[in-house]
Amino acid sequence: MTAVLAVHDLHVAIGPRGRAANVLRGASLEVGAGEVRGLVGESGAGKSMLGRAVLGLLPANAVIAGGTIQFEGRDLLAMPEPERRSLLGRRIALIPQDPMTSLNPVKRVGAQISIMLRHHLALSKRDALERATELLTEVAIREPQRVLELYPHEISGGMRQRVLIAMAFACDPSLVIADEPTTALDVTVQRQVLQLVERLRQRHSAAVLFVTHDLGVVAKICRTMTVLHAGRVLEEGETVDVLAKPRHPYTRALLAATPRADRPAEALRPVPPALIESLWSEAHRLDGLAAAVPT
Amino acid sequence: MVDLAVSGPAQRPSRWQAGFGRGGQRLWLGSALVVLLFLVALLAPLLAPHDPIEQDLLSAQLPPAWMQGGEATFPLGTDSLGRCVLSRLMYAARTAVAVALIAASLAAIIGIAFGLIAGMFGGWIDQGVSRLIDVWMAFPPVLLSIVLAAVIGAGLTSVIAAIVVVDWTRFARVVRAETMVQLQRDYASAARALGLSRGQILRLEILPNLVPLIVTLFAVEMGIAILVEVILSFVGISVAGDIATWGGMIVEGRQVVYQAPWIMAFPIGCVILSVIGFNLLGDGLRAALDPVQRR
Repeated sequence: MTAVLAVHDLHVAIGPRGRAANVLRGASLEVGAGEVRGLVGESGAGKSMLGRAVLGLLPANAVIAGGTIQFEGRDLLAMPEPERRSLLGRRIALIPQDPMTSLNPVKRVGAQISIMLRHHLALSKRDALERATELLTEVAIREPQRVLELYPHEISGGMRQRVLIAMAFACDPSLVIADEPTTALDVTVQRQVLQLVERLRQRHSAAVLFVTHDLGVVAKICRTMTVLHAGRVLEEGETVDVLAKPRHPYTRALLAATPRADRPAEALRPVPPALIESLWSEAHRLDGLAAAVPT
Repeated sequence: MVDLAVSGPAQRPSRWQAGFGRGGQRLWLGSALVVLLFLVALLAPLLAPHDPIEQDLLSAQLPPAWMQGGEATFPLGTDSLGRCVLSRLMYAARTAVAVALIAASLAAIIGIAFGLIAGMFGGWIDQGVSRLIDVWMAFPPVLLSIVLAAVIGAGLTSVIAAIVVVDWTRFARVVRAETMVQLQRDYASAARALGLSRGQILRLEILPNLVPLIVTLFAVEMGIAILVEVILSFVGISVAGDIATWGGMIVEGRQVVYQAPWIMAFPIGCVILSVIGFNLLGDGLRAALDPVQRR
């Protein structure tokens, strides 16, 4: 089976030339057709950056220093800008992190959905609104006709996230990048959103790259997972295997650190500082090597 | 799956009503003054009791009707040539409104275009536009207007041109800054992830968010344009002498200010009232359209 997404040895640095900080240090991962892969790591591990690199949404001061990103066998980085843009939203979609701010505050929900439908599918205004109604029904929004007429601030956070999910799956993409879509939501809404993503993924037979720091979420919906730290892949494999028999000490520590409701708060075991220290010094050693190679 | 309730009541109050409520008295008073000004300008031929250039030397420098020696046919008295002050004020309002509308519109169009482009593309384009604005703003605006009017020649076109050439920077500066702010918002990057081009993002996503700002600025700009027109006609480089302008009336009244102070007082009052009107309107609109207060 060919991979929908194949990221190979990706290096990304952010910052002014000369003083740039590495955020991805040779990260590689593959997402097969219809696969749900969890991408986990702590804050600053580079997991969001990897997702953004695939979408071409890196900050203006970021540089892709090396590596390839292949989507359905085509090199995204070598592709001319308009061609790549035509893939975005249609073949590769994003479920953004914060539903509160990811919708345009001054445009009605219906207008925002139909902009995209008309752009990619060349639908007429009326057809686009009709399709938008169907999409909202699909994400279990009652009275979709009425919601289309509302502004984002008039609907709840959970509803907004559903609208964004509906938009992500609207054009039957083969890859959806979910950038911590549950982080900004409260726990009860989180579960609904996860179920929704899973259901839509099956219906539209899309692959999902699920970026998150929540191992619980990964265990729930991801078949495979990749553990990222300091821009490097530490471990990857089937979720059940990784969670049951973690091979890398960092994954083991991460699992042990997961808070559980049935244990008192004092029992929290953070990832040992010595381990993090050694991982970072290894990463910096690699930076030194990478810098030394070209000369 | 349980559906989430739609927040907000089913029957929402009209947006216009809500907006006017937030705008408060400033908005009411400002709109009243501005509407009055526009109506007078529009209906001047119907409202004016006399022809504004009809001279009646026998009844020169008549005081307003309610003062001793006033005549009911000349409600606000007559000037040194026996022309009806009220009629001249009304016809002068036409000049003022025409200049305000045309000059403010052109300044807005040019300024918004430059501001959007500079804000979107950044880099050397932004540098170029920003320096241009800096240099432009270093000139004293009225002096620049006088020089321009002198170069192009007197007349309504040159007055408008002078205002546009000076005041586009007002729009460009604010629009540029706000475009940059909006581009940092999540909805802008979400729009990029939908595959929209930069032009589409500017037009469909950013511009609607700038509307409150632009409307507010436009109202204030009309007040400024009226003031500049008065100054230019005061120094005699505005429209031809036989067309009534407030600035021209002030000049004529100044010569007889000790014998007939009302001739000068009335046009000054008109200028003050209309500028106050536009400023209150701008202030009120700012409150009424503020997207933060709209939720």
